Amino acid sequence: MANDTSPMHNPPTPARYYASAHGGTQTFWHQRITSVAGVPLTVAFIAIVVALLGRNHAAIVQVLGSPLVAIVVILFVATIAYHMWIGMQEIIVDYVHGPVAKYLALFGNMFFCSVVGLASIYAVLKLSSGV
Amino acid sequence: MAEANLSRRERPLSPHIQIYKWTLPFLMSGFHRVTGFVLYFGFALIAWWLIAAASGPSAYANVQWFYGTWIGRLVLLGYTWALIHHTIGGLRHLIWDTGRGLKDREIDWLARATIGGSIVLTLLVAVVSYLVMGGGR
Repeated sequence: MANDTSPMHNPPTPARYYASAHGGTQTFWHQRITSVAGVPLTVAFIAIVVALLGRNHAAIVQVLGSPLVAIVVILFVATIAYHMWIGMQEIIVDYVHGPVAKYLALFGNMFFCSVVGLASIYAVLKLSSGV
Repeated sequence: MAEANLSRRERPLSPHIQIYKWTLPFLMSGFHRVTGFVLYFGFALIAWWLIAAASGPSAYANVQWFYGTWIGRLVLLGYTWALIHHTIGGLRHLIWDTGRGLKDREIDWLARATIGGSIVLTLLVAVVSYLVMGGGR
């Protein structure tokens, strides 16, 4: 075996440092779980938004702050934010190849999904607490 | 050393997507990615809506004003369609994940069902929204 590692190493060794040996299908699997969960949550979220169209602020606060609606919206936001993070990561690694640009994009993806997701969840919790 | 240089030699690249004929499944695959990409940034609009509701009546009035304009309504319609299309397209992928629906005719049928279903359901949401708003006052 001619490779630039020690002759004591067996053939898979050079490949071993390029990715985790533990979680190869985890991202794929989580994308599926979040898409399955996302279907009923998306239907419910669209129904909630349509029901709230044109209502005044007091009505919005009352409905979005009620436990059942708040729980559904929080689950929707959390599921979709995670799903978005995985999906955009897939797009980035497909198209962005420059080492700096790739990591900037991957970091930006993480920041965007975290900020949008957590800010939305905070907003619903605030409405629920009635402050 | 010679071997190290060899491994860094220019490799032939496989042809990329532009050489292939534009078939329906090919376009649907692209559509799924594009709708996902658009929905990603559009999620900021949902966050804006929720944060404004939590901020108070004047912040909420701004959101309501924007979504009431023609551009706002067009954005909402487009976002709704992208969301429904991506959701049905995702169901299609989940069916494929079980190993079913992978024959040529089934793929074609699923593609048409996704496009047709997403348009019909989006129009349904639009009509119900129009009625909820009291006939578009």
